[in-house]
Amino acid sequence: MLNCKEITHLLSEAQDRQLPLSERLPVRLHLVLCQGCRNYGKQLDLLRAATRGYRDATRDEHTK
Amino acid sequence: MLRFARLQLRDAAAAEDAVQDALLAAMSNAKQFAGRAQLKTWVFSILRNKIVDHIRQQARTTNASALSGADENLDQTFDSLFKSNAHWTPGSRPRDWGDPQAALHQQNFWNVFDVCLNHLPENTARVFMMREFLDFETPEVCQELGITVNNCNVILHRARNALRLCLERGWFAAGETAC
Repeated sequence: MLNCKEITHLLSEAQDRQLPLSERLPVRLHLVLCQGCRNYGKQLDLLRAATRGYRDATRDEHTK
Repeated sequence: MLRFARLQLRDAAAAEDAVQDALLAAMSNAKQFAGRAQLKTWVFSILRNKIVDHIRQQARTTNASALSGADENLDQTFDSLFKSNAHWTPGSRPRDWGDPQAALHQQNFWNVFDVCLNHLPENTARVFMMREFLDFETPEVCQELGITVNNCNVILHRARNALRLCLERGWFAAGETAC
């Protein structure tokens, strides 16, 4: 069974590539049982959304 | 455009050069543009190339995988969130940040985010920005910087952890005590 630290690495990599089934399943199993890592994953999603929003805002600033 | 380049390059002079080069290139190639894409998108794709040129040059003289003291501090902070069995300590278990859209609509959130982004150590920030701002896939980032994919993943993980802790402290926790 994967520990939380390992899960954070896999959740970060899941932002960058599609995890293979062999990694996806243990991650999913862990997330069912672990609220902390579930929140961690959601926080990474927010980080992605925020960074995209921030990027688009800096692009628009001077080109309007 | 300048702010965009500055965030990516962390060097005001280099950022100005990149923007100037991009604008010059855009003007001298204006015929090529011919309304195929939105003007803004087109100029930004030129700027992106100029930024990448600069990063490539830099990568030849600096070691992108070198760990700075600030990077090591981030790693220590991250390690301290876990018990010896590598599960979260009760106090550091990531919390529910609630409705993310609510945060993204508040100006103060963006001020905190700006500070957090600028606090990232240089090498870590470069990899993160290439991935998230310039939209490179991880293997491309590694290739440009001459580092391994594994190293890239470690750096991205470090950047994300630093940002989430910074947001947690600067925004989500602060918001809670204010209520």
